[in-house]
Parts: sequence; structure tokens; C-alpha cells
Amino acid sequence: MSAPPSIAPAASAGRAAGGASPFPQGHVAARARGQRLADRLFQGGTLFFAFLVFSLLAAILLSLYLGSRPALDRFGFLGFVRSREWNPVTQQFGGLVQIYGTLVTSAIAMLFGIPISFGIALFVTELCPRWLKRPLSTAIELLAAIPSIIYGMWGLFVLAPLLADHVQPWVTDHLGGWPLVGGLFQGPPLGIGMFTAGLILAIMVIPFISAVMRDVFEAVPAILKESTYAVGATTWEVVSHIVLPYARVGVAGGIMLGLGRALGETMAVTFVIGNAHELNTSLFLPGNTISSNLANEFAEAVGGLYTSSLIALGLILFIITFIVLAFSKLLLLRLQRMEGRPS
Amino acid sequence: MPPPAAGHSAAYTEVYSSALYRRRRWTNRVALTLSVATMAIGLVFLAWILTTLAVRGLVALRPVVFLQSTPPPGSAGGLINAIAGSLLMTAVGILVGAPVGILAGTWLAEFGKGNWFAETARFVNDILLSAPSIIIGLFVYAVMVARMGHFSGWAGAMALAIIAIPIVVRTTEDMLRLVPVSLREAAAALGASRWKVVVLIAFRSARSGILTGVLLAVARVSGETAPLLFTALNNQFWSANMNAPIANLPVVIFQFAMSPYADWVKLAWAGSLLITLSVLVLNVVARIVFRQQKAG
Amino acid sequence: MTVSEPPETSSPSAERAPLLPALQVDFDDQPETPPEPKIEVEGVHFYYGKTHALKGIDLTIYANRVTAFIGPSGCGKSTLLRTFNRMYQLYPKQRAEGRIILDGTVDLLDPGLDLNLLRKRVGMVFQAPTPFPMSIYENIAFGVRLYERLRPAEMNERVEWALGKAALWNEVKDKLKQSGRGLSGGQQQRLCIARAIAVKPEVLLLDEPTSALDPISTAAIEELIQELVEDYTVAIVTHNLQQAARVADYIALFYLGELVEFNDSKTMITRPGKKQTEDYITGRFG
Repeated sequence: MSAPPSIAPAASAGRAAGGASPFPQGHVAARARGQRLADRLFQGGTLFFAFLVFSLLAAILLSLYLGSRPALDRFGFLGFVRSREWNPVTQQFGGLVQIYGTLVTSAIAMLFGIPISFGIALFVTELCPRWLKRPLSTAIELLAAIPSIIYGMWGLFVLAPLLADHVQPWVTDHLGGWPLVGGLFQGPPLGIGMFTAGLILAIMVIPFISAVMRDVFEAVPAILKESTYAVGATTWEVVSHIVLPYARVGVAGGIMLGLGRALGETMAVTFVIGNAHELNTSLFLPGNTISSNLANEFAEAVGGLYTSSLIALGLILFIITFIVLAFSKLLLLRLQRMEGRPS
Repeated sequence: MPPPAAGHSAAYTEVYSSALYRRRRWTNRVALTLSVATMAIGLVFLAWILTTLAVRGLVALRPVVFLQSTPPPGSAGGLINAIAGSLLMTAVGILVGAPVGILAGTWLAEFGKGNWFAETARFVNDILLSAPSIIIGLFVYAVMVARMGHFSGWAGAMALAIIAIPIVVRTTEDMLRLVPVSLREAAAALGASRWKVVVLIAFRSARSGILTGVLLAVARVSGETAPLLFTALNNQFWSANMNAPIANLPVVIFQFAMSPYADWVKLAWAGSLLITLSVLVLNVVARIVFRQQKAG
Repeated sequence: MTVSEPPETSSPSAERAPLLPALQVDFDDQPETPPEPKIEVEGVHFYYGKTHALKGIDLTIYANRVTAFIGPSGCGKSTLLRTFNRMYQLYPKQRAEGRIILDGTVDLLDPGLDLNLLRKRVGMVFQAPTPFPMSIYENIAFGVRLYERLRPAEMNERVEWALGKAALWNEVKDKLKQSGRGLSGGQQQRLCIARAIAVKPEVLLLDEPTSALDPISTAAIEELIQELVEDYTVAIVTHNLQQAARVADYIALFYLGELVEFNDSKTMITRPGKKQTEDYITGRFG
């Protein structure tokens, strides 16, 4: 590449008035070349790190897959997923109990979490006096900042005994006899179990879901709400007929985000789920989730097949959460595009 | 429901007392009351958890906690080795994770406009942000612990770094995007090359915001347990050797809380209080720093 | 430059509407030496994506003179100004064609040209004051450090000189370490001018430099421009016709991407050649 045309002023600078650069051309040109090199290094260097982040996901997927091959080859993917066995002694492993526990606890979390989050978002956006909005929003966000192990401690030492002494006996007595659903509420009042875990998960996901809901509720144009109020609608009618439908994409995205978090939550669940390896239908009995199983057993897992089965569980969890989180992100991206915000 | 004022027409009175209208008002009342109730529920749980922590934690927070290492089962002791180990791993994790995150976020903000790679990288970053941290632990186990043949503080720090990176990437990109175009043009008009515009001007302008991101990452990382469970493991004794299992607060809390020993449970509460306090303080500081950014 | 007599009868525009009576401008002090061309614009076209924003501009910017680009919003005057320092290259979909010759020797639109060095010779001040997030001293020193390695004493001299040239030294000499953003709007803009001058350019491009300022600051900057033109070539974009009449030696009127008319300012204002020019000056459009 030929040297760039000289931008340094010509020797016969008689025509150009004012401030000609004093230093010699060679030095200046070399400096300019150095700057261009520096620019290219900068772009390349930062790109490298962006690529690193990008490849993390692929790397995680790959290492999980490789680690789980022994177990999956041995049991077959479907066989692994359908089996309730979990026996390090006989070297029989299956993921059904853990997958079931993961799905059930997350379902309970959604069951309680979604309405409460909705109520909170509704309160903050429609009912709350202006000066309270920030403090209340911050308070709810604080729930998200509390580390999950703290939830575990609180769940084990405070919530579980409370449930065991006051709630579970009542529910078991009154609902345990009902046809169909009765089976969900059987068992001694242990306090720990899938129900407790689901409840704690609900509290943990509330800040995430309600924050997204709050943002989308606020984004509804005021003029839409005002014109609905103007025809005499009540607040609830405005919300249910105007705000919710308008914000439904964002609401769905927020729910998916909460679900993704609930599925992967580890410590809070591990403290209260009981680490059982039987498939219990009752919510009041102990169970296991993929993450709690990993937390409890991985460090001591001996033997290739045991470790590999655990990694296979991790792979399944990762895939499930990845799908849910990707779905959530797509919904929220679509929302941003609808609102015209740069995404 | 107040009676219609005197002088209102009969039609008004008729609507006001009609069954349909009454039911609508009733539905509205119920809905709004439930909404207030949910808000109360959220606040109650927050207060409940924090109060429990304060009560049980303060009781257990004696000076000895900072003076002695973790005790064997059934005896009293402290948490100093766990505190030290956590501090060490958090420091290393942030020292690795923050620069990677800042540089990656810089690329996304400066060069990542409209091309598919940037869009995908952002997408991936946001997924990593919410991904289960125990999976990160598994990954680091497979890549580091299995290779090295033993657990180590380095592996724990790496896991923490991976958790910190997406947070820093996101905030760095957002903050750099906020630097006004006019500032960048002014620097370019003086003849500053691209990298100088970014490093000397844009970084300087977004300084507080980027710092906020790092602080939030530290807060998040301080409370993480799962990724340390099979990377750093735990260590009963005082050790600053990062090349071996090292004590850390979250895993100690996990181990002690699930045990039947009252002394251990007490220490678990003390540790929980310590973690929560540092997380809350970091969050508050981050907010203050961020407000500086917005004002400047 | 005073408008002391009504337009001469020989001009075809004399029969048309009289000039704005408010235009009190003194046209008398014309510098003695004949002007030399500093920048010659030849056949320049500019595109924002598919939009053809500048259509074949031919123009000369004279050394040590103030040339004003005027015209209604969107006419292309800022676009042309920004081609002089290739500012548009920060954005992917913008491109320019044609030639812009500096000093008769260098084509500024040459793709192989080093932009950083170009921008040393051609400086720019923007519409909104943009002090860097640093101290006043550092704001000035930043640009200088891009090109020269000065010892601290020399840098101090340069900072003082630049601030003095921008008529800001006395106001800030005691607070050089304070943030540039603590200054008033007018002071910030003078800081930006000082910053541009500090690297000793030959040409100063001013893109609506006073439109964000109050009248007093505006007057101060216009006075500054009259002083600066002794050492620099100035091209200024302004939407304020009075300002152009006050400060400019030459005026170029643009409309919808075309150069309507270009002449010395006295002629442009008192005896415009084109009807469009006269319409613009008398406020009929734009």
C-alpha cells in the first residue's frame, strides 16, 4: 500500500496563512501509521473478548455433552429420562425423579409467583402514590439481591417449621381427602418438601417477573388509559381490557424469565427439598430437583458412570433453561422492536 | 357507596344502583384490594427474611468469628478462613472477569452495530446472565478440576469470573452507548484516532456507570454458592493456597446449616448475615455511584 | 459594514421589495490584500444512503476570510462543512464524491489521506458546547498531546495562549484544574474554540457555534471570530442571517442541496444576483 498523500503543509507554504505545523513530515507520518495500527489492535483486541463471551455458551454445551456421553450411551437418552432409579451401588441411574421435581417446584413457583408479581406490578403502576413508587420498587428489587443461600437458610429454619406446625396439618386434614387433588397433599407434616421449595422459589422469582411487568405496564401509552377512564371504566377494567392485552408480549417474556430462573435455582431448593430419590406424588413429601441433586452429590460422586449421570442431568437442565430463557429473550426483543427502542 | 346527591336525575340514580354497576364496582374493589395485598405480601417476606437474618445473625456475630477458623463438629470457632477465602476468590474472579467484560462490552458498543455476530453475542450474553450457576460450576469442573486432578481456589475464582462477565458486559455496553455522539465527534474533530476517542474520552465519560456494573457483579458473585461446590470445595483450616480446596463462606454455611450441631448452625447464621450485609452495602454503593454518573 | 444607502438602481432587484430595515450592518472595512484561495470545492456530491444531499457544489473558501454558509434547515450547509474534515466518515452510510483541494495541493476527499492529520489542519467547533469530562487545562492539553510532545512549561504556555486567543484566559486562569463542565454555556463554547485553536490549525470550521447561546455570549463569540480571522481561515454555518452579515466576508446560500449563490457578503445582502437569494434575505422563505 503506497504511502498516503502528504497532508503536512507544502514547503512553499507562502500561500497558507496561520499555524503551519512545526514538526518534520517523517515523524508525523510515522505517528499516523502508528495510530492506525493502534486502532486496528484496539478493534481486534476487543473483538477477541466479545468472541470469548460468545463462545462460552458453546463451550459449556460441549463440555456438558462430552461429560454425559458415558451415561447417555449406557442408558440411552429416553431410558435415562424415564427411569426412577438412582442407585450408586448398583450403578443404575435415571433422571425422572429430578426432572419431575424440577418441573413441579417450578410450576408451584409460577402458580404463586405470577399472580403476586402481577398484583405488585399493578400496585406500583396504577395505585401507588408517586412518591412511593421508587422506594417500593427498590424494596422489591432487594428481594432479588438477597443471595439464594440466605433463602435456603430462612426456608429451612423459619418457613419449614412454620409450614410443618401450622399449615401442612390443616391442609392435609382438609384437602387430603379430596378426589384427584387429595393425593397432592398427603404425608406427615415434615415442613420440607416440594411444596416448600416451590414456595420459596416463588418468592425468589417475584422481583424478576414483577420488574418486567412493571416496565411494560408503564410503557402503555397514557392516552390509551385515559380515554378508557374517560368512558367510565374502573381501574380494574382499564388494566384487564387495555393494559394487559397491550403488554401481553412483555408479560409473557417476564414470566418466561422467571421460569428460567426458577428452573435453575439451586441453593434455596437444596436446603428444603429433602434430597429424596423416590418419586412422590404428594407435594408435602421430599423430592429432588436436578440442581439440588447436583449440589448434594456431585462433590462426592465416585466413579465414571455416577459422575457422568450427574453431568447428564446438568445437560438436561441447561437445555431446558436455555430454551426457556431464549424464548423469553425473543419475546422481550420483539417487544422492544414494537416500541421502537434500539434493542 | 355514597348516595347520589340531591337533584340528580332519576336516570343517574338508576345506573348507580343497578346490579351491573354494583358488580363492576365490586370486582374493581376486590382486584385492587388483592393488589394491595400482594404488595404487602412482597414487603412482608422481605422484612421477614431480613429480620430473621438480623436477629439470628447478630446473636451469633461475636468477635471470635473474625479471629478463629472454622471449628470441627460440636465446638465453637470462627469464620476467618472462610471470609479470607471468599475475599480471595472474589478478588481474583473480578480481576479476571471485569476486564474481559469491559473489553467485550466495549466491542459491542463501538463496533457491534447491526451485524449478526453482535446481535447473537448480545443474545448469548443475556442468556448467560440468567443461566443456572451450578451449570457454570459443572463446566469449570470439567475444564479445570478434572484436568488438574484436584479442587482449587483458582477453579472457584474462574467460576465466579464467568458469572461476573455477563453483568459487566451488559452494563459497560449500556453505559458506553449513553456517551453523547457530540462528545465523540468533538474528539474525532481534533484528530483523535478511534481508540483514543473510546479509551480517553468515552471511558472517562462513562466511568461511573462502568464502575457500577463492576460493583453489581461483585455483589452478585459474593453470594454465589453453587459454582463453588465442586470447584473450590471447602477447607476446614486456614489456608491461602489457591491451588487447593479453599474455605469460603457460602459453602461453609451450606455445610454447617445442614448439620445437626448447634454451634455450627450458629456460625452459619453469622456467615449469612455477613454475606447479606456485604451484598446490600455493595448494592447501595453501586446506586450512589450510578447517580453520580447520571448527574455528571 | 454599514448599509448606508438604499440598493442602487442598476440592480434588477432594485424594483423588487426593499431590504429588511433591521439589517444594520457595516460593510465598510474590507481588508486591503486580495484574497487567496484556501479551499477549492469542485463538483462535490454527498449521499446519506440513497438520499442525494449535495448536488454538484463548486465553491472557493478564501484564506484569512470568514465564509458563511446560510440557508433553510436541511439545505446541506452543515453537510458541506462536515466534508471538509471528513467527519461523515464516522458513519457507514454516508459518502462524498468530487474534489476538495486544500492549498492547491491536497485533495481532502482522497481515500488514502490520513484523517487525523487532516483534522489537525482543519479544526471544528460544534453547535452544542462539548467540554470533555476533564479539567479545563486537560481539555486544551488533550488535543495538543495528540500531535506534540511538550514539556510541562511549554504545555502551560500553549494552554494559556489558546485560552487567551479565545478570550477566556482571564476568566478561568484561577480554575484551570476545575471541570470544564462547570463553566457557563458561552464559556464552554469558548473553551471548545480554545481547544480547537490549541493544535494550531489553519482552517476553523464553525457549525452553528452560537445557536445554543444567549445573545451576550453570541456577541462575544462573534467578536472573537473577527479577531481569529487574522490568523485562520474560518468557515461558519449559521441559520441567522444577521450573524452572517455581521461576521462574514463571503456568503454562500444553499437550498435543497444546491449552491444558489456565492459572493462577497456586501453584494449578497445589498445586490443579490438571484431572486432566490433576495427572497431568502428578505425573509420570504426559509
